[in-house]
Amino acid sequence: MSLTDTDVRKVARLARLAMTEAEIESSRMQLSGIFDLIAEMQAVDTSGISPMSHAQDVSQRLRQDEVTESDQRELFQSIAPQYKGSLQVEAGLYLVPKVIE
Amino acid sequence: MLNSSLQQIGSALRARKISSVELTQLYLDRIAALNPALNAYITTDAEASLAQARQADAVLADGNALPLTGIPIAQKDIFCAKGWRTTCGSKMLENFIAPYDAHVIARFNEAGAVNLGKTNMDEFAMGSSNETSHFGAVKNPWLHNAVPGGSSGGAACAVAARLCAAATGTDTGGSIRQPSALCGISGIKPSYGTVSRYGMIAFASSLDQAGPMARSAEDLALLLNVMTGFDPRDSTSLQRDKEDYTRDLDKPLAGLRIGLPKEFFAEGLAQDVAACVHAALEEYKKLGATIVDISLPNSKLAVPVYYVLAPAEASSNLSRYDGVRYGYRAPEYADLTEMYEKSRAQGFGAEVKRRIMIGTYVLSHGYYDAYYLQAQKIRRLIAQDFDDAFRQCDVIIGPTSPSTAFTLGEKGDDPVQMYLSDIYTIAVNLAGLPGMSIPAGFGSNGLPVGLQIIGNYFGEARMLNVAHQYQLATDHHDRAPQDIGLQGI
Repeated sequence: MSLTDTDVRKVARLARLAMTEAEIESSRMQLSGIFDLIAEMQAVDTSGISPMSHAQDVSQRLRQDEVTESDQRELFQSIAPQYKGSLQVEAGLYLVPKVIE
Repeated sequence: MLNSSLQQIGSALRARKISSVELTQLYLDRIAALNPALNAYITTDAEASLAQARQADAVLADGNALPLTGIPIAQKDIFCAKGWRTTCGSKMLENFIAPYDAHVIARFNEAGAVNLGKTNMDEFAMGSSNETSHFGAVKNPWLHNAVPGGSSGGAACAVAARLCAAATGTDTGGSIRQPSALCGISGIKPSYGTVSRYGMIAFASSLDQAGPMARSAEDLALLLNVMTGFDPRDSTSLQRDKEDYTRDLDKPLAGLRIGLPKEFFAEGLAQDVAACVHAALEEYKKLGATIVDISLPNSKLAVPVYYVLAPAEASSNLSRYDGVRYGYRAPEYADLTEMYEKSRAQGFGAEVKRRIMIGTYVLSHGYYDAYYLQAQKIRRLIAQDFDDAFRQCDVIIGPTSPSTAFTLGEKGDDPVQMYLSDIYTIAVNLAGLPGMSIPAGFGSNGLPVGLQIIGNYFGEARMLNVAHQYQLATDHHDRAPQDIGLQGI
């Protein structure tokens, strides 16, 4: 299977990965090789086979609706990313670029 | 002490022939001397390790020691350990100090073990050679221009080079077994759901499973006793009675039925590896086992199925690295989208990005049925092959890896060739079965060969028995690389 540059650009955008033109080109070639490998699956007749999503077919465990976590906000926010030398948290919130004018 | 079993080290510690501080310092000195060349560890913290050793010595002095009290263990850098830098081999987490302990780390702490440091690994466990690590490739201690395997390559190297008493690894498609084979050590990936994934940085959640890596099956059993057990914080952790994995070690093998899958001996298997596996089978016959020819007809599809399912799960799991709450954030950006796209582009390495791209593609609109759903259906066919096989045999034996360790850089430009190095291990993860690798001799280039033992669900104790009896009859597992400073010890 051969992917086009447009396919690669679309997937990179969906995956939120910035890519240069050179990276798109090399990525397209490598991904095409991998999809040739994956294509071996297509010839298999799987009609009537139910998909296996998990190694053990057990149902999801439920627990009591009780608070089990303690408040560790300060600890968790102490490792937030920095921007121009300052920790990107304020008043218990994470700081990101403005999205609404 | 460096070649002693965990049982022997534990006895020496309890008899106060050596203290945990002395033992820990011995390993720290060895790491300082040998790690610059081998690159097995990403992070060591002598003060933190020695503090744990002092605590262990106090427990030993009180006579309250557990089997692993005071024993220095290397932890794969995929496990969060409170206060320790936990990088997962990635620039994305280069400065991430874990704020909590993974379940596995907590279990070792409760057992009194000493955390000796965090071992190198392929970035986010995506690799079979340890060359995708942001912190540089690990060297194979048997031959420095060969790879140690991956993704738990640092752990395998550290065990083989006697830079720890034992180590932890994780295995999504062979990441415990393949490096164990390539470095000449023993490693086991238990049945899916037996070791909690809490605090273990996620790659492909339906396949990821942690396990121990050590110098013998006997050591693995002691380590599994600590690592396994129900944990409500992992939704796939199984509620089973606690097992003693040492219980069957000494049972004789008379009557054991070993399944030999013909697909594992087809084209692509190196002659020298095949010869070692066949010699091991002869040894098993002497021990009373019978060989049964079996077939796993769909196992050839395991690699393509895996390279749909694992990237699909990874693309979802790794979407959390967006530069907002922790991890790498790009230094310059104009808006929120650019912050995401640049942080991820700069924080992830080439192989991780490649797998995110594959996963995003197969899950995207219009392709889901053709790729993801088809792969899940074939996954069931692969699991059914094993079900059928285990009606005729107790364990399945074959090679772990198609060749001995390959040369650094050899497969770097060709992802497909790299992916095919896990051809014998991946089906086991897809089925959720336990699998292990033990040393079975040396190839024509003098590098170790691994023997893979696959068990039925929850068959770990039996597999360890099968491995231990072989290790009583052979000495491949006792061999150590040259040039690791064992002279005079």
